[in-house]
Amino acid sequence: MDKISFNIALFSYLLASLGYFVYLVYRRPLVSTLAGGLVALGLFAQTISIGVRSSMTGHGPYTTSYEVAMFLAWFMVVIYLLTEWKYKIKDLGAFVIPLVFLVMLVSVFLSKDAGLVPESEVRFWLTMHRTLSLIGYAAFSIAFAAGIMYLIQEHQVKTKKLGIMYFRMPSLEVLDDLNFKVITIGFPLFTLGFMTGSIWNTKMDQAFFSWDLAKTMPMVMVWLIYGLVFFGRMATGLRGKKAAQGAILGFVAVIGSFFLHI
Amino acid sequence: MTSGPNLILVGVNHKTTPVEIREKLAFSQVKLEASLEQLVSSPEITENIILSTCNRVEIYARVENTDRGIQLLQDFICDYHGISRGNLDQYFYSYCDNQAVEHLFRVSSSLDSMVLGEAQILGQVKDAYSTARSFSSTGMVLNQLFEKAFNVAKKVREETGISERGVSISSAAVELAKKIFEDLENHSVMLVGTGEMAELAAKHLISYGVKTVYVASRTYERAAALAQTLNGCALDFESFKEEMHRADIIITSTAAPTFIIGKEMMEAAIQKRKNKPIFLIDIAVPRDIAPEVNELENVYLYDIDDLQNVVNANMEERQKEAENAMDIIKQEVTKFNNWFSTLDAVPTIVEMRNRAEEMRINEVDKTLKNMDHLSSTDKEAIQQLTQSLVNKILHKPTINLKKKTQSQDGHIYLKAIRHLFHLDD
Repeated sequence: MDKISFNIALFSYLLASLGYFVYLVYRRPLVSTLAGGLVALGLFAQTISIGVRSSMTGHGPYTTSYEVAMFLAWFMVVIYLLTEWKYKIKDLGAFVIPLVFLVMLVSVFLSKDAGLVPESEVRFWLTMHRTLSLIGYAAFSIAFAAGIMYLIQEHQVKTKKLGIMYFRMPSLEVLDDLNFKVITIGFPLFTLGFMTGSIWNTKMDQAFFSWDLAKTMPMVMVWLIYGLVFFGRMATGLRGKKAAQGAILGFVAVIGSFFLHI
Repeated sequence: MTSGPNLILVGVNHKTTPVEIREKLAFSQVKLEASLEQLVSSPEITENIILSTCNRVEIYARVENTDRGIQLLQDFICDYHGISRGNLDQYFYSYCDNQAVEHLFRVSSSLDSMVLGEAQILGQVKDAYSTARSFSSTGMVLNQLFEKAFNVAKKVREETGISERGVSISSAAVELAKKIFEDLENHSVMLVGTGEMAELAAKHLISYGVKTVYVASRTYERAAALAQTLNGCALDFESFKEEMHRADIIITSTAAPTFIIGKEMMEAAIQKRKNKPIFLIDIAVPRDIAPEVNELENVYLYDIDDLQNVVNANMEERQKEAENAMDIIKQEVTKFNNWFSTLDAVPTIVEMRNRAEEMRINEVDKTLKNMDHLSSTDKEAIQQLTQSLVNKILHKPTINLKKKTQSQDGHIYLKAIRHLFHLDD
């Protein structure tokens, strides 16, 4: 059951990605509605898949790398839908949903074995750590998409070569605002996730900050990049192109740290 | 096609006819009622709509006979305006059926307009239609045709970029402003210099919501006068440099022989703005703003040539989009014609009669085969009897069907007949 619904979700996201691309280029309103429906279907199927699996393993989807990837994709879709509902930027789907599909696709190749988690305080900290970090990552993925759209749009306005994307994409102000808002949500959550992760490490009888360089350094990098973008905006008015580049760089670091970390 | 419902269109437009002729042929709104009634009272014309704008005069009509209908409409236009036919023949175009449908779809989608993709024409077609409807000069076919034309126009606007791009300097500037700032309401504009083009652009921006306006000019009085018309505040020319950072959009149009805004000055302003984007429109020739200013981050500088290039590119793009629009229109013409052809009663009547005749011959042959004792006169009488029987039975249905297909629900009757007589098997 969880496998069937996983496949339905994977396939829905693939079709939705194609739909959003078609909409981006050919502007067929029907296609975008269809893609929206497919995303909703995908989310529904994925929720069932996660629910069924969790009831079988007896714990939430945050132990193995497969589960974590699944859960990340789930949060990305939820946050994407919330953003879409608030901002009405249909073309964002063309940048976010393919990412969701890729995360899901990668998780296909990860071990499906269920992880073991002791019934204890440890489990609480693990849950907190993974959930908070994943919402943070998902928010960063939206900032990444908004950042790419910003750079495309900015390039056109700056070089005065106004292609079709100039008319398709939202204004620089909206994209910059979206970038800032999602980082404002994502950064504190990610920070909390980072802290609860350290507590979880301690509960596992490891050092509070186990200087495992391979694992920790990328996370520190991620934190620094988003920290610069976040505090930079407030302190010195870092915005626009630099903020967009920061959001893109940050997400590349997220992907790197994600695979090193899990 | 000489029978059944015929659709024709006669007209002149900005492509075929110079304005001095067009203006003589225009139908004023006031006299439209009389014109529509006069046309529909003719036995040749069952429905008509008159579309009269400054770029075109067209009459769409459903007539008994295409050729006679076209002559009639041309005569009507000439007689109505008291101009002799001979002078006008070279200007008229006329289309029938498919082509008339395609023409209307092109007109209402603004593919036949002087400025491709302009939005006004659709409103004008809608007005022409509702006027005609209110005087009951339309019927099933034109109603369906025009409703369809509005749908097609909507589809074209939504699915192609034909109306998407501004084709004047000020609309291109507003578009850019909206791509940088989205909502113009909370943004401000500063005019440096009081050139006519700058004023026009500022007015355009104000109509899109810009509320705060600053005007600076070398002559303070001129700045004050323009500030008053634009509901803004006038600045001393020297102080604009200190106030520059307050404006989100700056339009320069001074007669200064050299650049009045340089890179360093703008860099200082953008720092004061905490990197909030600024849109610079330099309409002055010679230019007022050094081109290097565009290298600064969050600064977007467009001079008059840049804007003209945008306008040219937009024109070209509209031309390309027009081709996509034609694909949509071609499909819709086919759909409309499918519906239209179902209205023609004649083929159905012929088929119905052929079917009956076939049955009659079959049945008569069967019966006569076993009746060799009858004389050939008797046999002839039987043939005639059955023939007149069939004719009598089908007479009323034929008359009524012809009558009904002229009405609103004609296609239902046709469908019913085809079904009852198994004509589609």
